Amino acid sequence: MSEDAVIEAKGLTKIYGKAVAVDHISFSVGRGEIFGLLGPNGAGKTTTILMMLGLTDISSGEVSVLGFDPAREPLSVKRRVGYLPDTVGFYDALTVADNLRYTARLIGFRHAEREKRIADALRRVELLEFADKRVATFSRGMRQRLGLAEILMKGAQIAILDEPTSGLDPHATAELLGIIRGFKAEGVSVLLSSHLLERVQSVCDRVALFSNGKIALMGTVPELGRQILGGGYVLDIEAEGAGLAERLALIPGVTGVEKTGIGKLRLQAERDVRPEAAAEVVAMQGRLKFLGLQEPSLDAIYTRYFESKPDEAIEEGARHAA
Amino acid sequence: MRREGSAFQGLGVVMLKELSDNLTSGRMVVMEWLVVLIAICVVYTGIQQIRELSAEDPFLLLRLFTRSAEGVPNLVYVLSYFVPLVSIGLGFDLVNSERNQRTLSRILAQPIYRDALLFGKFLAGLVTLSVMLLALWLMVIGLGILLLGIPPGAEEVARAVVMLGVTIVYAGVWLAVALLFSIVFRSAATAALVALGLWLFLTFLWPMLAPYLAIPFISDSISSSSDLLSQLGILQAFSRVSPGALYAEIVGVLLDPAVRSTQQPLLASLGLALVQPGSIPGAPLPLMQSLLIVWPQTVSMIAGVIVLFVIGYVVFQRQEVRA
Ligand SMILES: Nc1ncnc2c1ncn2[C@@H]1O[C@H](COP(=O)(O)OP(=O)(O)OP(=O)(O)O)[C@@H](O)[C@H]1O
Ligand SMILES: [Mg+2]
Repeated sequence: MSEDAVIEAKGLTKIYGKAVAVDHISFSVGRGEIFGLLGPNGAGKTTTILMMLGLTDISSGEVSVLGFDPAREPLSVKRRVGYLPDTVGFYDALTVADNLRYTARLIGFRHAEREKRIADALRRVELLEFADKRVATFSRGMRQRLGLAEILMKGAQIAILDEPTSGLDPHATAELLGIIRGFKAEGVSVLLSSHLLERVQSVCDRVALFSNGKIALMGTVPELGRQILGGGYVLDIEAEGAGLAERLALIPGVTGVEKTGIGKLRLQAERDVRPEAAAEVVAMQGRLKFLGLQEPSLDAIYTRYFESKPDEAIEEGARHAA
Repeated sequence: MRREGSAFQGLGVVMLKELSDNLTSGRMVVMEWLVVLIAICVVYTGIQQIRELSAEDPFLLLRLFTRSAEGVPNLVYVLSYFVPLVSIGLGFDLVNSERNQRTLSRILAQPIYRDALLFGKFLAGLVTLSVMLLALWLMVIGLGILLLGIPPGAEEVARAVVMLGVTIVYAGVWLAVALLFSIVFRSAATAALVALGLWLFLTFLWPMLAPYLAIPFISDSISSSSDLLSQLGILQAFSRVSPGALYAEIVGVLLDPAVRSTQQPLLASLGLALVQPGSIPGAPLPLMQSLLIVWPQTVSMIAGVIVLFVIGYVVFQRQEVRA
């Protein structure tokens, strides 16, 4: 993991006056990985991102992005990394294509390459038909997509997205998450921040949960689920058939069966018993309508974690206020 | 700590974008029409006056800049007001508009330094102002030649060219002031108001205040002419805080070859004449001599531009990019 890391932070800290915005955080992001920085407002996500881009000074600690130090070699970092700020803006008086042309010139693309890259990027985010329209009339969703187009045009190896889905409707969110998955498919590493846990849970390979400038938890979502919510798998089954609950309870590894509705059952198990459960239902000639493994929800993990550590949370609050 | 690469990477790109913004904005169209109107007005009224002067005057064309008809100000006077207003109009939202449009962090995430952004914006503003002033200058000279029917002498043209250069520096001072305020104040309206307030203060209040502020430094007894000159010097030093006063001093000497000192107008207002040993009063000075007289003032104006820009630069470097 470590030798293939594109971003590596060690003890990264940012202090504003007396307030500690980011407090000795360490993490690494692997090549082609989608990594989520999650946490409530003011947790320090944006500050962390700005430090990685060399846009704000690092108080202590270090971070390396593609092997470069953003404080010393900001140009090398910024040439290879695409950034979508939390409130992305464009020049309203310019057209969509002209906005991208300006960025492309700043990056240093020559004319022919520039036009090709811009057209390709706009096609990918489905904005090509608006290329000659002014940005002034764009909705928030379109601006976010245009921001992603800029990163695509840049040919970035890492995309850093700050709150990419905030303020978007469900449809626009789904579209955006689709584009983000597209990044991964091309081997682009993605680091995204959000305070909407369940929205981004589906795209992130690994997440770091922030709280008051510290990383409280880090890992894949199922890992964290087992760690915090207690081990075990939860299966939802929708099937018809008499005595099904009793039969399912006999499967080795199942620790509990619960009726959640008419023809709906929830299984607690020590391992993934989906194959056995399906076989049971079919053997009983029952009609299997649904069988699914419940992913632990980040929301639940987050809530549970801070419920179980009230002392720490209070202590954090006191330190912050001090 | 050595920074990687050139601080000016991307400077040209920023400058071209800003320049095209400047030249296509509605503000600019208004100002261009203003320039045309000013040129026509000034030349038309000026010509009436100059026709009455003797055609023997070797600096007839320069009189176009300095002579004024009854109730109509001369061109230099108009410029000393017009230039600061246009500069402020061009510069008051250079940086804060990037913040308010939320483009700043996106642009600074491209491989450029902040230096390039700030410098590019300033240079583009300066080029825009230069183009505008050059257009005005060409119109005045062109109309002047046309209406007077006398080709100008080489020295006359040289003086007018230097005057154009000084006017551009004067515009640079106010552009740097506006740029500084556009960095310090997040709201463009605040920046514009503060810049205009400063201009009002320096233009209208300062000339009234300066003599009072100078009183503690002036002795009561004036026993010799050198005493008088040194005391005038103190007065002048106070008035020079205003860029407009500095500009008027420089242009006064440049456009009138007969003026031998920047104190001459002050003396004249006291009813005195400056007589220097070995010189004929009223005889024209060669251009080099005139330039030497106003060299310190010109240098201080250029220094003012640099100092103001550097202050803005330092403030900008220390600011957080996020809104
Ligand atoms: N310029 C600043 N001066 C002082 N404190 C600041 C400054 N910028 C941010 N902070 C503080 O740093 C902390 C972290 O802020 P940050 O913007 O990184 O949080 P965030 O996780 O991105 O929050 P959000 O979800 O609201 O975007 C906050 O407590 C904030 O008040
Ligand atoms: Mg944020």
